[in-house]
Amino acid sequence: MALSDMRVGQSGILEAVELPEKVSDHLAHLGFLPGANVEVLRRAPAGDPTVYRIDGVEVALRKETARHITVELAAAAGTR
Amino acid sequence: MDCCTPTSSVAIAEAPVESSGSPSNGSRSRTGRIRTIALIGPPNCGKSTLFNRLTGMRQKVANYPGVTVEHHSGTMKSFGRPDLTLIDLPGIYSLATYSEDARVAVDVLKGNMHGVPAPDAVLLVLDCMHLNRQLMLAAPILSLGLPTLVLLNMSDLLEARGGKIDSLALAHELGHPVALISAAKGTGMDLIRNFLQQFGEFPLTRPGSARLPILQSPASCRKWASQVSTRSQFEEPDSPLWTRRLDAVLLHRIWGPIIFVVVVVAVFQVVFSIGQPLSDGMGNVLTHAGAWASNALPDNWIRALLRDGVWNGVQAVLVFLPQILLLFLFIGILEDSGYLARAALIADRVMRAIGLNGKAFIPLLSAYACAVPAIMATRTIENKRERMATILIAPFMTCSARLPIYTLIIAAFIPDRYILGHILGLRASVMLGLYALGFLAALVTARLLNSRVMKASSAPFVLELPQYRWPTPRSLVLRLYDRGKLFTKKAGTIILACTFVVWLLSVLPVHGGNFSALSSSVIAHIGRFIAPVLHPLGFDWKIGIGLLSSIVAREVIVGTLGTLYGVDPATHAASLQTALHHDLTMGGAIALVVFFAFAMQCTSTLAIVRRETNSWKWPAIQFAYMTVVAYVGALVTNQLFLHFF
Repeated sequence: MALSDMRVGQSGILEAVELPEKVSDHLAHLGFLPGANVEVLRRAPAGDPTVYRIDGVEVALRKETARHITVELAAAAGTR
Repeated sequence: MDCCTPTSSVAIAEAPVESSGSPSNGSRSRTGRIRTIALIGPPNCGKSTLFNRLTGMRQKVANYPGVTVEHHSGTMKSFGRPDLTLIDLPGIYSLATYSEDARVAVDVLKGNMHGVPAPDAVLLVLDCMHLNRQLMLAAPILSLGLPTLVLLNMSDLLEARGGKIDSLALAHELGHPVALISAAKGTGMDLIRNFLQQFGEFPLTRPGSARLPILQSPASCRKWASQVSTRSQFEEPDSPLWTRRLDAVLLHRIWGPIIFVVVVVAVFQVVFSIGQPLSDGMGNVLTHAGAWASNALPDNWIRALLRDGVWNGVQAVLVFLPQILLLFLFIGILEDSGYLARAALIADRVMRAIGLNGKAFIPLLSAYACAVPAIMATRTIENKRERMATILIAPFMTCSARLPIYTLIIAAFIPDRYILGHILGLRASVMLGLYALGFLAALVTARLLNSRVMKASSAPFVLELPQYRWPTPRSLVLRLYDRGKLFTKKAGTIILACTFVVWLLSVLPVHGGNFSALSSSVIAHIGRFIAPVLHPLGFDWKIGIGLLSSIVAREVIVGTLGTLYGVDPATHAASLQTALHHDLTMGGAIALVVFFAFAMQCTSTLAIVRRETNSWKWPAIQFAYMTVVAYVGALVTNQLFLHFF
């Protein structure tokens, strides 16, 4: 599923970043790499962007960016 | 200045000898002493704090040739090593040369940057709280083969939060010495001193480790980084509890925006209620000092030159300082504490509507006080194109220098009565309208830029939310000193030159040893020459001179008009307000303030745009564009009045 479709509190494993190389490279250096654990922390008061916790860091992305990142949802019990 | 607290508990973790058993002797061998050291690290690793600590006030700021990247360097005199120069490189994630910042870093590190000596050693700063990720930069840097000391910054926080790292094991993995430091607290500085001392004494032939990944794809770098940190017994610190708790309130759906508005209003209240009087007071003091000094001088052309040509320029520069410094103090507190990123997150939705991102909000807001600090504050916007867009629209915001002419015209032409029953004063609503007009111009310009310039770059909005921290007075003071010096030195010289030229044009030609009166000077000739162009706007040649002289600074027009009407026998007895009625119709008067709402009548802003973009191209485009908009705006206003009222 797309990262942008995850709900607050859910976490998952990042599968792929389908964005231009320049962008995905930048995101990769912030931890957005296949296999990374990502958690949806909170949404901005206006509902977008959303703050994600990845690799121990909090990064905010707009929906338009997060739409192009796919994740596999972690088991419903929650890994964290 | 005392800057270092010696800590004996942590020793420098020396790289073991066996890790340097790679082909080394053919590579760089340095027998001499080290002189130049490069400081490098990813963004948010605390590099600037360390740079400030190592160099103190002895910093030089310049731009690298041809790019907008700033070049900070300084001698390490306050660190007891006046023989060493430290170069602060831009914060980068990798050496992949997509970005201007990374290109500059690569060029400097390889000694290919014109005018910058090749570094003899490297200090690589990494935030050890996020070692897995930060280590990704270590591979490309260490493989350059320069003697490098790896500094694990924020080690105090790591320990406090229950994290762990075996620096000896890490040094073994990297093949380079590793030191645990805290730039904010000043711990571990003696380790850096030891490193520099050691390499100053014997020849340097320290090669990069053979085990560093040659592949520089982020995925391979990351894999390597994780392996290295695992083998170095790295344990992540607990998640920052206080940051989570604070964010639950500061980014709350309801409280978040409310607190945001309160913070913004409070900052502006202070800037206006303290900064404005400070600026005014400064202006008064300078005016009196100038008057006092000129009385002491003999009445000749030198006095006129010093008083009107030079001193007025100095004044034009210095009156801005209190507001600039005050704004920067607040921006500094917001940025260092970590709130600025949250503000950007809250403002993003609104800013997106005009094609910008949340990081442009605070700079644009600052522009309501003064465009100069606003443009300087755009440095927090990493995306170069969005930064440029913000710089281009910031001067449309109604800055405080527009207020003198606004209040003069409104007081002279707008009747003091109420509209809409007794709710809104007519004068207040005209003032409000002028603010709205400037905002509208910024909005339309941003839209225009968005469709023309920005389309090509689809750089997404990526915002790292740092942990909350207490801003340190030391770093705030250094920042204020840095910005204040930059403004007075770099912008000041340009402003001074412009003031001087305008003054020269207003006193030339010389008749029999005397200067011309303003009305017969070169500038008056130019004013009369351009009068036909200004006629459709409802302006006569006097207003024309006012417009020309106010290119130095907007508020200058009030003084110029005062001088012009003062020497005119028809109006000299009247107050400026009544005198204006002599020459301006209602349409012309409104057209004049509309002109000022749009026009770029400010050398300080032009100078700072030149400084920040490192080219004359942008200030030139900006000046031309804003003047055209101002002309058309004033023309439409006057013609509307002529035909409909």
